[in-house]
Amino acid sequence: MSNKKTKINFLPWGETPERERGHIISVKNLVKKYGDFYANDHLSFDVYKGEIFGFLGANGAGKTTAIRILCGLSSPTSGEIKVAGYDIYTQTEKVKNNIGYMSQKFSLYEDLTVSENIQFYGGIYGLPSKTVKEKEKQLLEKLELTSSKNKLIAGLPLGWKQKLAFSIAILHDPKIVFLDEPTGGVDPITRRKFWDLIYEAANGGITVFVTTHYMDEAEYCNRVSIMDAGKIEALDTPENLKKQYKAKNMDEVFVKIAR
Amino acid sequence: MKTILYILKKEFRQIFRNKTMLPMIIVVPLVQMLVLVFAANLNLRKIDVVVVDHDLSEASRQLVGKFDGIPFFNLKGANFSIESAEEKLEAGKAEMAMVIPPNFERKLIRENHSSLQLLINAIDGNSAQLIYAYSQAIISGFNKTLVADWKGIAEFSPPVSVDIAENYWFNKELDYKWYMAPGILAILVTVIGMFLSGMNLVREKEMGTIEQLNVTPIKKYQFILGKLIPFWVIALLDLALGLFIAKLAFNLPIVGSLWLLFGFAGLYLVSVLGLGLLISTLSNTQQQVMYVSFFFMMLFILMGGIFTPVESMPSWAQEVDRVNPIYYFMRIMRMVVLKGSGFFDLLEEFFSLLALGILFIGLAIWRYRKTA
Repeated sequence: MSNKKTKINFLPWGETPERERGHIISVKNLVKKYGDFYANDHLSFDVYKGEIFGFLGANGAGKTTAIRILCGLSSPTSGEIKVAGYDIYTQTEKVKNNIGYMSQKFSLYEDLTVSENIQFYGGIYGLPSKTVKEKEKQLLEKLELTSSKNKLIAGLPLGWKQKLAFSIAILHDPKIVFLDEPTGGVDPITRRKFWDLIYEAANGGITVFVTTHYMDEAEYCNRVSIMDAGKIEALDTPENLKKQYKAKNMDEVFVKIAR
Repeated sequence: MKTILYILKKEFRQIFRNKTMLPMIIVVPLVQMLVLVFAANLNLRKIDVVVVDHDLSEASRQLVGKFDGIPFFNLKGANFSIESAEEKLEAGKAEMAMVIPPNFERKLIRENHSSLQLLINAIDGNSAQLIYAYSQAIISGFNKTLVADWKGIAEFSPPVSVDIAENYWFNKELDYKWYMAPGILAILVTVIGMFLSGMNLVREKEMGTIEQLNVTPIKKYQFILGKLIPFWVIALLDLALGLFIAKLAFNLPIVGSLWLLFGFAGLYLVSVLGLGLLISTLSNTQQQVMYVSFFFMMLFILMGGIFTPVESMPSWAQEVDRVNPIYYFMRIMRMVVLKGSGFFDLLEEFFSLLALGILFIGLAIWRYRKTA
């Protein structure tokens, strides 16, 4: 059932139990229809502050549709949706100030340098230029990109671009970051490193909402929801889901749910 | 406000890094001014004429000599058969054939009256009429000298006539280049502005970068202004470059105020760029922008009166021109550059462009959706 309350006892990071942290996203009966087709069929779920929430599903299950609605890139047909405590219909701009987004299509400016991209997005979010400079320095050191800061994005390997895109998506310290299949098309080692960044952001207090269809990545999430044909079929911690479906790993869980 | 500055910084960086955009900005005005202005020549010169002289008399030679004497006509040798002259007309090797019948001179002397035939290629009706008018002028001049030479009455009783002292205002030497240059300049800023801005916005859609912008708290008007201002500046610089070339290359007189000209150009560009941006907010690919912009450009330019006077268009077309920004700007360009018109002579144009600018920019901002 989609709005089944879950018992959380799996807390690898953060000290406070999620339920006490409160909801940062709450979705009730989200519907998105294209003609007669339900891309999102009455979705209801809550995301706790500070957790890594995995949004799983086969291609075409409706993950991207839902994430785009939560980010304000698409409007829902109906439903009550609050993101970062703001209503997505009426407080769109407040929502946007508090979220970061990284789409599955790589979307930094290829014809700008690493440094110029950082400065542009920092500026757009209204960060003071001093802050942007400090953040840029930290970020470049962390990603070991300092020597490449004046290179055009176009010349960087995909894995670096994605790490950079993620870092830029959280440059303005959003409350939530939405990642839509952030690790598509990169090797397992780079994916692992990417998840290190996600953990780091989560530890810094940013809630992470991530869609993926890599089942090993699902294991890294605090909770996962599994979508099939526009509906949420399961929502729990990976541990509980594996128990519930008597599966060895998330792969089996997924196959059992999505058939 | 600061947000717009960040967008502008980014846009200019991208423009100056773009290897096709930069040459476009510099080469287009050069080519348009130096090639198009000459190519869009409405004056007729060196009209190829074949003469079929069956008379071979003094009178006929005199007449042919008159045609040979002016640069408007270019005599392409004599023929003795009408058929071969007709062949030349058909093959496009001559624009006119003049057929002088046998006994041309004898008839003139005996009957005071004679006739000849002009065959004129009339595919372009305007040129045909012009060729005819020129020929007629030459032949009537020939008539006059005949009367004077043969009858000798010219000295005693000159024929009653009205002399015309013509004075061509605003373009004394009827230099077509001076007429075309302001029009071509109007097209230049239109092409630069409309295409570059439209293509640029839709490129963000194609690359997917627009999504990243749409999740930021950026305001719609900030985004549209950020896309408009760079190309507004570039188009005005191109206008300056174009005027400079026109001044150097064919000494275009700029009678009116340059400030006024650039002020109007700035106002005009807001509506053209607004239209370009509106088209690109409605499109998803650069091809779509190209096709739709091209359609409007063709329509606006040809109806705007660059080649043909708007006054001679059907009245419905003149009504359509009320929403055609190029129509106003074409008039402004020619009036300010050639005639030296001031702001108060152009009030109608001013308010019309202002209204169109607000309309198109408003529509572009309204149509730009951060939420699909």
